Amino acid sequence: MANSLHGPLDDVQADAGYDTHPPRMGFFTDTSVCIGCKACEVACKEWNEVPDDGYALSGMSYDNTQALGASTWRHVAFVEKPMDTPLTTTDLGLPGMGPPGAMESDDQGAASGDAGVRWLMSSDVCKHCTHAACLDVCPTGSLFRTEFGTVVVQPDICNGCGYCVPACPYGVIDLRKEDGRAFKCTLCYDRLKVDETPACAKACPTESIQFGELSELRERADHRLAELHEKGVDVARLYGRDPDDGVGGDGAFFLLLDEPEVYGLPPDPVVTTRDLGSIWKHVGAAAATLAGLGVASFLGRRR
Amino acid sequence: MSPKGGGRGDRLMVPEAEFESYYGKQIIKTPTWKTPDVPLYLFLGGMAGGSALLAEGAALQDLPALEKVARGAAAAGAGLGTVALVHDLGRPERFLNMLRVFKPTSPLSVGSFILAPFAAFSTAAFGSMVTGWFPRLGRLSGVGAAAFGPPLATYTAALFANTAVPIWHEGHRELPFVFGGSGAAAAGGLAMMLAPVEQTGPAVRMALAGAALDVGAVEVMNHRLGMLAEPYEQGPSGRLMKAARALTAAGAGLSVLGRRSRLVRVAAGAAYVAGSVTLRFGIFEAGLASARDPKYTVVPQKERIAAREAAKVTSTGSPTP
Repeated sequence: MANSLHGPLDDVQADAGYDTHPPRMGFFTDTSVCIGCKACEVACKEWNEVPDDGYALSGMSYDNTQALGASTWRHVAFVEKPMDTPLTTTDLGLPGMGPPGAMESDDQGAASGDAGVRWLMSSDVCKHCTHAACLDVCPTGSLFRTEFGTVVVQPDICNGCGYCVPACPYGVIDLRKEDGRAFKCTLCYDRLKVDETPACAKACPTESIQFGELSELRERADHRLAELHEKGVDVARLYGRDPDDGVGGDGAFFLLLDEPEVYGLPPDPVVTTRDLGSIWKHVGAAAATLAGLGVASFLGRRR
Repeated sequence: MSPKGGGRGDRLMVPEAEFESYYGKQIIKTPTWKTPDVPLYLFLGGMAGGSALLAEGAALQDLPALEKVARGAAAAGAGLGTVALVHDLGRPERFLNMLRVFKPTSPLSVGSFILAPFAAFSTAAFGSMVTGWFPRLGRLSGVGAAAFGPPLATYTAALFANTAVPIWHEGHRELPFVFGGSGAAAAGGLAMMLAPVEQTGPAVRMALAGAALDVGAVEVMNHRLGMLAEPYEQGPSGRLMKAARALTAAGAGLSVLGRRSRLVRVAAGAAYVAGSVTLRFGIFEAGLASARDPKYTVVPQKERIAAREAAKVTSTGSPTP
């Protein structure tokens, strides 16, 4: 099928073989209203019974979770970024205590007394890519595309080969050492099946994490971006929204207030299987070269 | 709190690229493949694949001692390689799940369907030769092993290249030739060590050509990778790569010099084998280093974005909003 390996794909479930299916579901994480409460991390752990991932203090601001992994399916990043220019306050539309308009001096930076430091918080999650490298490279078929267009590991099939781990351009999926198998966000497949909102989105108090039909989320995100740009927040940008990007667009995408790498996200991720044709072509040529080299070794002198 | 740069250890010959990161943390995950399991498997697969070719040539030219050594090497390499591969799994008891589906998008799936028949053919060919049972089926199995040999020696390059690890992925054009050449050098080298001198002519030629292919392909690859090639040239993985090149060159030199001496030929063979083993560990470790440093993920991607923006400007005449 066209664009099965890369490029825009309108119906990802049909491409995976579903004749009829519900609409593609996803997350839109609007980091401009994230308050760093980590309710998403906790709700995810509780609902999915994900084991603890250590209790070490990292020294990385309030982020002791540090990264997504086999036992961390939501990760809230805390960026404390020194500002070159004095902080100007912008009403991001966060819910506040006073009447509208009373927020002017209640910016995150100003309230914490850290003038000259900008705080960025962002809840990261599996991107449920349109072209998911983890799924492509899985040799057992353990990773599969659900009817909702999400990407899920079947723990009863996974044999812990670990191929998905370095294949993911975002560094999301990992092996759980004590278990041996790979784990990652399922976008609460079990909850989706009974028409429930995923645990993280349900727990998010500011609607930074929004769950819904991907097409609708994209519209909502475009609207939000236009709104922020209008207010002068030029740094706002969507990440993973574009179906023309290297992974065909993400099922879970973001509104960021800085460059992606500042949040630990790759600036221009590309699904590795985009180059699959070239990879196999070169392997074929090398195999033929080796065979020719073998034949040539027996030409001429017998010994 | 976004450190600029992130080079460690070796002194840099070029100024450190400026980039931002999240507390210097890596972006992609480090491969969880175990060492020595996986680098050893790469070596064994290459050596076995090359040996299967050598065995069939020896059978056609009636060099029985060379044939026996090469058949043994092919069967042993496949057997030990399979053990290493199964041992690497997080759930070894589920290794048969590898054959549950066939997926061309997964080099590990394709490789399982190369390794399984290769192991069966090479074991049958060697068994038949040693026992004298079913000689025709044995020869036929040998032909089968020789057919699956070159794919076995080279598919592992696809295995590494089809990941997000920058140094492996961006080297996907040359890596199969590196692995194929290294496999030929290892197969020839092992036969030079174990077969009588008067029958090792083809092994010497195979190893020499393989060594040239391997060393040449690494050179081309490093040149094209540019900054991404650093782990192949610096640090612990860089030292392994240098040692591999020195060992392979020593093998080539010795094999050309000592044409008649059994001792020199054995030494040359051993150098080839050691060079091939070292190369696989070097490439493996370089991949881990490439994954651990966010620089290798961020800088080329930023350059890609910048190049795209520049192309947009030149094609439309004005910057797009």
